[in-house]
Amino acid sequence: MNISVELVEDNLQVKAVLKGEIDAFTAPILREKLADIQLRENLQIELDLVGVSYMDSTGLGVFVGFYKSVIASNSHMKLTGLSSRLKRLFDITGLGEIMDIQAMSEEVKIDETV
Amino acid sequence: MKPFDYVEIRVPAKPQYVSVARLTISGLANRLGFTYDDIEDLKIATSEAITNAVQHAYSDDEEGEIVIGCALYKEKIEIMVADHGKSFNFEETKAKVGPYQDLEEVSFLREGGLGLYLIETLMDEVKVHHQEGVTVFMTKHVGLEQVDENVEHISS
Repeated sequence: MNISVELVEDNLQVKAVLKGEIDAFTAPILREKLADIQLRENLQIELDLVGVSYMDSTGLGVFVGFYKSVIASNSHMKLTGLSSRLKRLFDITGLGEIMDIQAMSEEVKIDETV
Repeated sequence: MKPFDYVEIRVPAKPQYVSVARLTISGLANRLGFTYDDIEDLKIATSEAITNAVQHAYSDDEEGEIVIGCALYKEKIEIMVADHGKSFNFEETKAKVGPYQDLEEVSFLREGGLGLYLIETLMDEVKVHHQEGVTVFMTKHVGLEQVDENVEHISS
Protein backbone atom coordinates (compact mmCIF):
# COMPACT_ATOMS: atom_id res chain seq x y z
CA MET A 1 0.00 0.00 0.00
CA ASN A 2 1.56 3.24 -1.03
CA ILE A 3 1.07 6.55 -2.69
CA SER A 4 3.08 8.07 -5.50
CA VAL A 5 2.99 11.65 -6.70
CA GLU A 6 4.41 12.73 -10.02
CA LEU A 7 4.83 16.46 -10.52
CA VAL A 8 4.87 18.08 -13.94
CA GLU A 9 5.60 21.79 -13.81
CA ASP A 10 5.36 24.23 -16.68
CA ASN A 11 5.56 27.91 -15.89
CA LEU A 12 2.32 28.71 -14.03
CA GLN A 13 0.84 25.26 -14.53
CA VAL A 14 1.46 22.36 -12.21
CA LYS A 15 -0.01 18.94 -12.62
CA ALA A 16 0.36 16.35 -9.89
CA VAL A 17 -0.59 12.81 -10.75
CA LEU A 18 -1.52 10.82 -7.65
CA LYS A 19 -1.53 7.04 -7.62
CA GLY A 20 -2.33 4.61 -4.84
CA GLU A 21 -4.26 4.62 -1.61
CA ILE A 22 -4.60 7.57 0.75
CA ASP A 23 -5.01 6.58 4.40
CA ALA A 24 -3.46 7.24 7.80
CA PHE A 25 -0.16 5.78 6.64
CA THR A 26 0.18 7.43 3.24
CA ALA A 27 -1.49 10.79 3.99
CA PRO A 28 1.65 12.28 5.63
CA ILE A 29 3.69 11.19 2.58
CA LEU A 30 1.19 12.88 0.27
CA ARG A 31 1.22 16.04 2.40
CA GLU A 32 5.00 16.23 2.12
CA LYS A 33 5.01 15.71 -1.64
CA LEU A 34 2.40 18.42 -2.15
CA ALA A 35 4.53 20.75 -0.04
CA ASP A 36 7.16 20.48 -2.78
CA ILE A 37 4.96 22.59 -5.02
CA GLN A 38 6.22 26.17 -4.90
CA LEU A 39 3.01 28.08 -4.38
CA ARG A 40 2.90 31.51 -5.97
CA GLU A 41 0.37 33.93 -7.33
CA ASN A 42 -1.77 32.72 -10.25
CA LEU A 43 -0.35 29.24 -10.17
CA GLN A 44 -2.83 26.78 -11.67
CA ILE A 45 -2.58 23.45 -9.90
CA GLU A 46 -4.25 20.31 -11.11
CA LEU A 47 -4.32 17.26 -8.89
CA ASP A 48 -5.13 14.21 -10.99
CA LEU A 49 -6.79 11.54 -8.86
CA VAL A 50 -7.55 8.99 -11.59
CA GLY A 51 -5.09 6.57 -10.01
CA VAL A 52 -6.37 6.91 -6.44
CA SER A 53 -8.08 3.66 -5.56
CA TYR A 54 -8.87 4.36 -1.91
CA MET A 55 -9.23 7.45 0.23
CA ASP A 56 -10.70 8.33 3.64
CA SER A 57 -10.82 11.39 5.90
CA THR A 58 -7.05 11.47 6.26
CA GLY A 59 -6.88 12.24 2.53
CA LEU A 60 -9.61 14.84 2.80
CA GLY A 61 -7.55 16.43 5.58
CA VAL A 62 -4.50 16.66 3.33
CA PHE A 63 -6.50 18.26 0.50
CA VAL A 64 -8.16 20.73 2.87
CA GLY A 65 -4.78 21.74 4.30
CA PHE A 66 -3.24 22.12 0.85
CA TYR A 67 -6.30 24.00 -0.42
CA LYS A 68 -5.91 26.51 2.41
CA SER A 69 -2.32 27.30 1.49
CA VAL A 70 -3.28 27.46 -2.18
CA ILE A 71 -5.95 30.05 -1.43
CA ALA A 72 -3.59 31.97 0.84
CA SER A 73 -1.05 32.25 -1.98
CA ASN A 74 -3.65 33.35 -4.54
CA SER A 75 -3.20 30.30 -6.66
CA HIS A 76 -5.85 27.89 -7.87
CA MET A 77 -6.35 24.19 -7.21
CA LYS A 78 -8.44 21.81 -9.27
CA LEU A 79 -9.06 18.14 -8.53
CA THR A 80 -9.64 16.00 -11.60
CA GLY A 81 -10.36 12.41 -12.55
CA LEU A 82 -12.26 11.48 -9.40
CA SER A 83 -14.12 8.20 -9.43
CA SER A 84 -17.75 8.38 -8.33
CA ARG A 85 -16.62 6.90 -4.99
CA LEU A 86 -14.11 9.67 -4.42
CA LYS A 87 -16.49 12.36 -5.63
CA ARG A 88 -19.08 11.10 -3.15
CA LEU A 89 -16.63 11.46 -0.29
CA PHE A 90 -16.13 15.14 -1.15
CA ASP A 91 -19.86 15.63 -1.58
CA ILE A 92 -21.03 14.08 1.71
CA THR A 93 -18.51 16.16 3.63
CA GLY A 94 -19.55 19.36 1.87
CA LEU A 95 -16.08 19.89 0.40
CA GLY A 96 -17.43 19.35 -3.09
CA GLU A 97 -19.19 22.69 -2.80
CA ILE A 98 -16.04 24.52 -1.86
CA MET A 99 -13.38 23.02 -4.08
CA ASP A 100 -13.07 22.96 -7.85
CA ILE A 101 -13.69 19.29 -8.61
CA GLN A 102 -14.11 17.44 -11.87
CA ALA A 103 -15.25 13.87 -11.60
CA MET A 104 -14.25 11.31 -14.19
CA SER A 105 -17.45 11.51 -16.23
CA GLU A 106 -17.35 15.28 -16.24
CA GLU A 107 -13.84 15.42 -17.66
CA VAL A 108 -14.97 16.36 -21.13
CA LYS A 109 -17.41 19.02 -20.03
CA ILE A 110 -16.22 22.54 -20.56
CA ASP A 111 -16.71 25.01 -17.78
CA GLU A 112 -19.83 26.94 -18.74
CA THR A 113 -19.90 29.17 -15.72
CA VAL A 114 -18.13 32.13 -17.26
CA MET B 1 -25.38 -22.75 17.45
CA LYS B 2 -24.22 -19.16 17.64
CA PRO B 3 -26.20 -16.81 15.43
CA PHE B 4 -23.02 -15.40 13.99
CA ASP B 5 -19.47 -16.22 13.03
CA TYR B 6 -16.90 -14.22 14.86
CA VAL B 7 -13.58 -13.02 13.49
CA GLU B 8 -11.17 -11.00 15.55
CA ILE B 9 -7.96 -9.43 14.37
CA ARG B 10 -5.43 -7.60 16.41
CA VAL B 11 -2.94 -5.16 14.95
CA PRO B 12 -0.25 -2.90 16.40
CA ALA B 13 -1.55 0.65 16.85
CA LYS B 14 0.47 1.91 13.90
CA PRO B 15 -0.80 3.59 10.74
CA GLN B 16 0.73 1.00 8.43
CA TYR B 17 -1.68 -1.64 9.72
CA VAL B 18 -4.85 0.29 8.90
CA SER B 19 -4.77 -1.00 5.33
CA VAL B 20 -4.25 -4.57 6.53
CA ALA B 21 -7.38 -4.40 8.66
CA ARG B 22 -9.23 -2.74 5.80
CA LEU B 23 -8.43 -5.62 3.48
CA THR B 24 -9.69 -8.11 6.03
CA ILE B 25 -12.99 -6.23 6.38
CA SER B 26 -13.28 -6.11 2.62
CA GLY B 27 -12.87 -9.87 2.41
CA LEU B 28 -15.40 -10.56 5.14
CA ALA B 29 -17.95 -8.16 3.66
CA ASN B 30 -17.51 -9.77 0.29
CA ARG B 31 -18.33 -13.14 1.84
CA LEU B 32 -21.59 -11.76 3.21
CA GLY B 33 -22.64 -10.53 -0.21
CA PHE B 34 -22.36 -6.79 0.26
CA THR B 35 -22.39 -4.70 -2.89
CA TYR B 36 -19.25 -3.04 -4.18
CA ASP B 37 -20.35 0.34 -2.84
CA ASP B 38 -21.23 -1.07 0.58
CA ILE B 39 -17.87 -2.79 0.82
CA GLU B 40 -16.16 0.49 0.03
CA ASP B 41 -18.25 2.18 2.74
CA LEU B 42 -17.25 -0.51 5.24
CA LYS B 43 -13.59 -0.10 4.33
CA ILE B 44 -13.73 3.64 4.94
CA ALA B 45 -15.74 3.39 8.18
CA THR B 46 -13.41 0.76 9.63
CA SER B 47 -10.33 2.69 8.58
CA GLU B 48 -11.71 5.79 10.25
CA ALA B 49 -12.30 3.98 13.52
CA ILE B 50 -8.85 2.40 13.48
CA THR B 51 -7.17 5.67 12.47
CA ASN B 52 -8.87 7.34 15.42
CA ALA B 53 -7.55 4.63 17.70
CA VAL B 54 -4.04 4.88 16.27
CA GLN B 55 -3.93 8.66 16.57
CA HIS B 56 -5.53 9.12 19.95
CA ALA B 57 -5.15 6.01 21.99
CA TYR B 58 -1.45 5.91 22.48
CA SER B 59 1.36 8.31 23.02
CA ASP B 60 4.28 7.95 20.63
CA ASP B 61 6.56 6.04 22.93
CA GLU B 62 3.93 3.58 24.05
CA GLU B 63 3.01 0.83 21.68
CA GLY B 64 -0.41 -0.64 21.99
CA GLU B 65 -2.68 -2.85 20.04
CA ILE B 66 -6.04 -2.36 18.41
CA VAL B 67 -8.60 -5.11 18.37
CA ILE B 68 -11.11 -5.35 15.56
CA GLY B 69 -13.96 -7.76 16.22
CA CYS B 70 -16.39 -8.68 13.47
CA ALA B 71 -19.65 -10.52 13.99
CA LEU B 72 -20.90 -11.94 10.72
CA TYR B 73 -24.62 -12.57 10.52
CA LYS B 74 -26.57 -13.73 7.52
CA GLU B 75 -27.66 -10.24 6.64
CA LYS B 76 -25.47 -7.86 8.55
CA ILE B 77 -22.00 -7.25 9.84
CA GLU B 78 -21.20 -5.80 13.24
CA ILE B 79 -17.75 -4.34 13.67
CA MET B 80 -16.23 -3.35 16.97
CA VAL B 81 -12.97 -1.43 17.13
CA ALA B 82 -11.33 -1.14 20.55
CA ASP B 83 -8.16 0.77 21.28
CA HIS B 84 -7.21 -0.85 24.56
CA GLY B 85 -5.69 -3.89 22.98
CA LYS B 86 -7.51 -6.45 25.05
CA SER B 87 -9.70 -9.06 23.54
CA PHE B 88 -13.29 -8.68 24.52
CA ASN B 89 -16.36 -10.74 24.93
CA PHE B 90 -18.18 -9.46 21.89
CA GLU B 91 -21.72 -9.72 23.26
CA GLU B 92 -20.76 -8.31 26.65
CA THR B 93 -18.96 -5.30 25.21
CA LYS B 94 -21.72 -4.81 22.67
CA ALA B 95 -24.25 -4.55 25.49
CA LYS B 96 -22.23 -1.78 27.07
CA VAL B 97 -21.90 0.50 24.09
CA GLY B 98 -24.41 3.29 23.76
CA PRO B 99 -25.22 6.25 21.57
CA TYR B 100 -22.22 8.53 21.81
CA GLN B 101 -24.38 11.67 21.95
CA ASP B 102 -24.81 10.92 25.62
CA LEU B 103 -21.12 10.88 26.33
CA GLU B 104 -19.27 14.12 26.49
CA GLU B 105 -15.92 12.41 26.88
CA VAL B 106 -16.11 11.16 23.36
CA SER B 107 -16.16 14.65 21.95
CA PHE B 108 -12.47 14.25 21.21
CA LEU B 109 -13.39 11.72 18.57
CA ARG B 110 -14.58 14.65 16.53
CA GLU B 111 -11.16 16.21 16.68
CA GLY B 112 -9.77 16.66 13.22
CA GLY B 113 -13.31 16.61 12.05
CA LEU B 114 -14.51 14.20 9.52
CA GLY B 115 -13.70 10.69 10.72
CA LEU B 116 -16.66 10.10 12.98
CA TYR B 117 -18.91 12.02 10.64
CA LEU B 118 -18.00 9.61 7.85
CA ILE B 119 -18.56 6.57 10.06
CA GLU B 120 -22.03 7.88 10.91
CA THR B 121 -22.84 8.56 7.30
CA LEU B 122 -21.56 5.31 5.86
CA MET B 123 -22.82 2.86 8.47
CA ASP B 124 -26.40 2.03 9.46
CA GLU B 125 -25.78 2.22 13.19
CA VAL B 126 -22.93 3.59 15.30
CA LYS B 127 -22.36 3.40 19.02
CA VAL B 128 -19.42 4.34 21.18
CA HIS B 129 -18.35 3.01 24.53
CA HIS B 130 -15.84 4.99 26.54
CA GLN B 131 -14.26 3.09 29.36
CA GLU B 132 -10.72 1.73 29.44
CA GLY B 133 -10.22 3.43 26.11
CA VAL B 134 -12.71 3.88 23.34
CA THR B 135 -14.76 1.21 21.63
CA VAL B 136 -16.58 2.03 18.43
CA PHE B 137 -19.38 -0.31 17.48
CA MET B 138 -20.96 -0.16 14.04
CA THR B 139 -23.42 -2.14 12.00
CA LYS B 140 -24.19 -2.41 8.33
CA HIS B 141 -26.96 -4.47 6.79
CA VAL B 142 -26.67 -6.31 3.52
CA GLY B 143 -28.77 -4.66 0.86
CA LEU B 144 -30.32 -2.04 3.09
CA GLU B 145 -30.32 1.07 1.01
CA GLN B 146 -29.91 4.30 2.88
CA VAL B 147 -32.44 6.30 0.97
CA ASP B 148 -32.39 10.00 1.46
CA GLU B 149 -35.67 10.85 3.13
CA ASN B 150 -35.96 14.06 1.18
CA VAL B 151 -35.94 12.27 -2.11
CA GLU B 152 -39.27 12.62 -3.83
CA HIS B 153 -40.64 9.45 -5.25
CA ILE B 154 -42.16 9.47 -8.67
CA SER B 155 -45.68 8.21 -8.32
CA SER B 156 -47.41 6.68 -11.23
